[in-house]
Formats: sequence, structure tokens, C-alpha cells
Amino acid sequence: MEEQYAIEMLHITKRFPGIIANDDITLRLKKGEIHALLGENGAGKSTLMSVLFGLYRPEEGVIRKDGQEVAIRDPNDANRLGIGMVHQHFKLVDIFTVLDNIIMGVEPCKAGFLQKAEAREKVVALSEKYGLKVDPDALVEDITVGMQQRTEILKMLYRENEILIFDEPTAVLTPQEIDELMDIMRGLKAEGKSILFITHKLGEIMAVADRCSVLRKGRYIGTVDIKDTTKEELSKMMVGRNVSFAVEKAPAKPGEVVLDVKGLTMASKLHKNNAVKNVSFQVRAGEIVCIAGIDGNGQTELVYGLTGLEHILEGTITLDGTDITHLPIRKRSTLGMSHIPEDRHKHGLVLDYSLEDNIVLQRYFEPQFVSGSGFLKRPAIRAYAEKLIAQYDVRSGEGPVTPARSMSGGNQQKAIVAREIDRDPHLLVAVQPTRGLDVGAIEYIHQQIVAQRDAGKAVLLVSLELDEVMDVSDRILVMYEGELVGELDPKTTTVEELGLYMAGAKREGK
Amino acid sequence: MLLLIQYTLMFASVLMLVALGGCFSEHSGVINIGLEGIMVMGALGGALMMRTLSADTPAVVLLVLVILAAVLVGAVYSLLLAVAAIHFKADQTLAGTALNLLGTAAATVIVKALNSSVDSGNVSATVQYIEQKKAFLVNLGGFEFSWFMLLAVLVLIGSYVLLYKTRFGLRLMACGEHPQAADSVGINVYKMRYAGVLISGVLGGLGGIVYITTGVSEWKFEYGVAGFGFLALAVMIFGQWKPTRIALAALLFGLFRALSNVYTGFDLLRNLPVPSAIYNMLPYIVSLIVLAFTSGKSRAPKAEGIPYDKGLR
Repeated sequence: MEEQYAIEMLHITKRFPGIIANDDITLRLKKGEIHALLGENGAGKSTLMSVLFGLYRPEEGVIRKDGQEVAIRDPNDANRLGIGMVHQHFKLVDIFTVLDNIIMGVEPCKAGFLQKAEAREKVVALSEKYGLKVDPDALVEDITVGMQQRTEILKMLYRENEILIFDEPTAVLTPQEIDELMDIMRGLKAEGKSILFITHKLGEIMAVADRCSVLRKGRYIGTVDIKDTTKEELSKMMVGRNVSFAVEKAPAKPGEVVLDVKGLTMASKLHKNNAVKNVSFQVRAGEIVCIAGIDGNGQTELVYGLTGLEHILEGTITLDGTDITHLPIRKRSTLGMSHIPEDRHKHGLVLDYSLEDNIVLQRYFEPQFVSGSGFLKRPAIRAYAEKLIAQYDVRSGEGPVTPARSMSGGNQQKAIVAREIDRDPHLLVAVQPTRGLDVGAIEYIHQQIVAQRDAGKAVLLVSLELDEVMDVSDRILVMYEGELVGELDPKTTTVEELGLYMAGAKREGK
Repeated sequence: MLLLIQYTLMFASVLMLVALGGCFSEHSGVINIGLEGIMVMGALGGALMMRTLSADTPAVVLLVLVILAAVLVGAVYSLLLAVAAIHFKADQTLAGTALNLLGTAAATVIVKALNSSVDSGNVSATVQYIEQKKAFLVNLGGFEFSWFMLLAVLVLIGSYVLLYKTRFGLRLMACGEHPQAADSVGINVYKMRYAGVLISGVLGGLGGIVYITTGVSEWKFEYGVAGFGFLALAVMIFGQWKPTRIALAALLFGLFRALSNVYTGFDLLRNLPVPSAIYNMLPYIVSLIVLAFTSGKSRAPKAEGIPYDKGLR
């Protein structure tokens, strides 16, 4: 007998101008299984799911549900077919309650008037049945990310969806919340739901999935049973070559104190409490100190204070013995601070400038690039840009004159890394340097950071990625609600322990 | 004193109607800075209807027809903004400004053309409705009650119920806060935004006719509506985009506006050594001060002003 498939996507091709996002991809989801969809950034996972959810129309290919060919033109069609999706960026209205968000679009009504009591009962029953703890009357803006995600799951269950798509659901969660989510997914599977789980994290696939389909550069590579495969095999399918996960580095040899922060306090733009509260730490030459924590616990503000993007309320910052607390950004930069910013579009690049102009952005005022009368020395800038482009392998369509906007994220990041490292800084502040990059680019940037350390530079790394925190750093400082709550040694600590600190469940000295 | 209350209620009714209109538009995600222009067009529609109907038309019929004319013209005029801002994704502030500029100019031209076609010597942009206006008013022992006051209260209650108790309201506000979220649950963002702007056109047009029948019996259209649309925007912001607060804000601003009309009735105020211009300026000065202090804290619908594009996710 033929196998029962909940959904079959056969030979799907989706083109965008200049790129084939999905090239003849076939994906079959069995009833009651957890099926992982694995691929790097830009492999076409999201496009494929958007096709399934009715957000894009494919040029070629058919979709079958329970063996019947179906047309999915918009999310309403998908919903009618019982397909639901938890989007990577939650689709929740902040000022609405959890309940309102769940019922939105399928509100129980009498003559147009909302019947919330009825809806509330159903939501409470569902949340108990599946162990999805939420407060139906809380506003979404007041609840945790984990609860927001549970709200999204309840949205699908409320609509009685049978096919659940999870788009990178773990990116925003703590390790403990990830474990909880895995349990929830197993529970949903036990109730007969079919789950598509999009991710690029191999550990999660091994833990929870039954089968896994792999995409690479828009093409379908294959589908494997999880019980017959290994992490290494999956990663090879995903990247197309062997990847070393471990970052190779020798033990650190910390030297002089380069950065000394004392009692730093920063105001928050979002709420009345301070975002950074009385934070003190040091970074020495030749070591990588990592600030770990869940997004939004004050890391961004801390970096803004260090780099001068915002004024600090209290405290002092010393760089190589010079008090830089009140110095402007340019001065901090010329004193030896380099900054790979968190948001490369907002603070890293002038997107409408050319690559060469972006590369010289931190030093155009030096005599080698500008004449005494204020005219730029274009040939010198061009030569310098070409040197860096070659040295750091920054790939772009038209070389030095390529508009930064048209470059891929990985190459934009490489250009920033090249600019910041080539200035030979004493202190490198790298914030989320690998965000949104694929495995190859991550490997490269990690190597560069370690190379800076080995050259005797002090490195302050701020990261939300646990793997990065554990693999790259020499010392970990955990930040929770604006305070440093613990210092850990990556060689002796575990991801679980780190997670407890990050979630605020554990702190030093208390 | 009675006069002060009467004028306060009338002006508050105008501000409330128009501000509630703006509130619907902005909750759907479209900034409606064109309320001023919409008011002018609504006023024009109503005024021309009054001009057309003879004074011995039954009061109810006259009332209904005038309201319909104002509402209809306002709604059609607001479609300009809707099409530009939603369909063509134009800059909403610019489109709204265009509506304001066009509103007064078009109304002036139209009225002048009509006047001079009747009497070639008459090139004024004035419409008179001394007799027709009486249909709106009921004299309650010296207090001139206007049916528009009742209408404003009904609209207020209706707006509250519509926004907070119905499916339509929930969906409308979702479109102004997070249109992608609304879209992902199958709500047609474009339709909801059209609905929001159209409601603002209806209420703006209504506000326009109420305004030009308050205290006067003729209207010079070259004056537009003297900034009342902008005052209504201030009321909306001060009212935090919430109907009940908008009502309170409208009363406050209405009081200041009424003062400028009737301050001579109060010995205390008349004897103050301030020129009358100050009283006329009062509502606008108050709105400047109030907004300067409150708009920093105000929370506008998050996605307002951003054209929704299905392709961008």
C-alpha cells in the first residue's frame, strides 16, 4: 500500500528576478511525523514554506494534500486546508491580548459582535490539553518570548490545523525553553498532528525529528531518516563539504588590561528602569571575553555606551589607561577601539555608498586618503579598498564600486570585519558578528576573531548564539536584566548551566 | 453661561466627529492629515444641498438629505486619499496635505461658479442658509439644542462599540498595528484600510456640515474650515486614539473655542486687558501646548503611515 502523506510538494520551482529560490524541490510530509527541513540561510527553506502557506505562487509544481491536488492562493486557503505556521518573527499584535491574537481572523461572532467568553473557554481547554501555559488576558507586549510562541501555537490549534509549520522556532528561546518546545512538539505529534520543522540547528533535529529533508542553494539534496544518520552527515548534506564545528584555538595568554569598565549605568529607551545597571568588568589583551545573554537584557545599550553611540548615566570607561568616558566616537576609534556593530545596515555600512567608500569610512580623514585642502585622494582609496577586498575575500558584483546595498549579507559583514580589523585596533568590540550568516562565513569570521586575539588584541564579543559563546570565548560574562550575573569558564561550564544564568534562574553570590 | 455651554457642546460635537473619523483611519494604518480638506468638502456638500432645497421642506427630510449630502461628498473625497495612499502607496502625509489644499480651493471655485451663474455680478464664495438651518435646531427654553449634538453622542457610542466589541474593530486595529500579522490570518489589509479611510471621510464630512452651521447662517468658503480639521487631529492625539478620551479632549478644546465666541458675555473676561484676537487664538495655542507636552508619550498605531505591501515580508 502507498504511504500516507499529509502534504506533498512536488517539483516546486519558484523564481525571483535574477535568482531561482526553489529549483524543482520535492517535499513529502507523512501523517503524524516531525519532519525537519534543513538548509543554510538562503537555501530556499522560507520560500518553500511561503509557497506552502500561500504567500507565494510557484511557477511550477503541484501541492497535494491527502493525495488530492490543491491550490493554495493565500493564507486563507492554507488555513482551510488545515495548514498553520509559526512564523520566525511572530505575527502578533502587541497591544492586543493573547486571546484577541488567537481568535483574530476566525473570531466567533453573533451579528458581527465578538463572543469572547466562548473563545476563551476553547483557548483555556486547548492550553490545558497540550500543556501550553498562557494567560489569555495578558497583553502580548507584556509577556515573555516563550509565551508569545505558545500563543502562536495556540493560534494554529484554535484553527484546528493538522499540519503545523515551525519556522526557526528556537532562535529566540533559552535552552530550557527549547527543551519545553521539544516536549510540546512531541505532544502535538502524539495527538496526530504533522509537523514541519525548519531549522539550521542540527542538535534539535537529532533530538526531535523523525525525518529530515535538506536543501542547498535552492536545490533539493535528499531526505533521510534521523535514526539512520548523524550530525556530521547532515551537515555535509547541508553545506556540501565537511565543516569543522569546533573553533580551533590555543589557550589564551591574557596580558595587560585594555578595557576597564567601572559601574557603567545606561538608561533604557523602552522603559523607566535602567537598561544597564552598575556593570563592571575588564578585558585584557590576548583574550576573548564574551557577553552572553538573551536578546534585550541590556547588551545593546552596554555596547552603545562603550562605543559612544549613546551617553552613559554613570560609570567610567578606560581604554589603555585613558579615560574615554566622555570622548566622542571618532576619538575612541582613533585611540584603538574597533566596533563590528550589531546592526550592520544601521550602524555598519552606508548602504548607498560604494564598497570602497564604506571600507575607508573609518579613516578617510587620514593624510594618506585626503589632501590638506580637503579633497579625497581617490586613487589611494581605490588601491586601499582593492587590497582589503583581496585580503579578506569580499565578493561583490563590481568590485570597489559595488553599491553596498547590493551585496550579500555575508560579504557586507566581511567588508565591515576587514575595515575594523585592518585598522589594527587594541580593542575589538564585535556584536553578533555572525548573525544571519551561513556556516562558511561564520567559520571565517570566527577565525578572524581568534586571529586578532592571538595577535595580542583584546576582544569583547557580544553574542546571543550559545554555540558561538561556548566555542569562541575565553571567558563568559552573563548578562541578565542589565546586570552581570555570572562569570563562567567555557571549558568547565555546560550549555545548561549557561542557560540557567541567562534565564535569571541562577546568579553568582546569591 | 447657557450660550457658553451651547457653543462648547456644538464645537465639541464637531471636533469629536472629525477626531473619531481620524481615529478610524489611523487605526487602520493610514495617517489622515487631510481631515481639514474632507471637512470643507463635507460642508460644501451639505451647504449646496441646503441651498437647493426650499425652506419649506419638512425638517426631517431636510435634515436627512443635508446629512447624506455631507457624508457622501466627504466619503467620496476621502477616496482620493485612500486610492493614493493604499492603492498607489503614496506618502500619506503628502496625499493628506494635497487633500487640504485642494479642498478649500475646489470649494471656493465651485461656489463662485454657482453664484455667478445665478447672478453674474455675484462672485462671492458664500452660501446662505438662514431658513434651512432652523431645521437642525430645537429651542429648549433659551438653549438651542441641535440634533447634531445627539448625532455626535450616537457616533461616539457607535465608535466605541465598533472598535472594541466587533470583529470589524479587532481586524481594523490589527491592520494599523501589525498588518503582516493581520494578513497572515487572512484579513485583507487593503480592504480594511479602505474602510478606515472611508469612515473618516463620512465622519469628517459630517463634522464639516456641523461646523458651518454652528452659530452662523452663511459660510464663506474661501476660509475653508479655519483649521478645525487640524484641531480635530490634535484632539485625536490628545485623546490617545481612544473614543472615550477623544470625547473628553473634544469637550476641553470645544470649551476654549466657544470662549472665543462668547467671552464678551462674561464681565470678568471682557474686562481683562487682552485683545479679542487672543481669545480667537486660544484653542490653537492650547492645542500647541497640549501636544508639546503629551505627544511624546502618546502611542500612535504602530504601522500607521507605512504603506502596506504584500510582497515585503
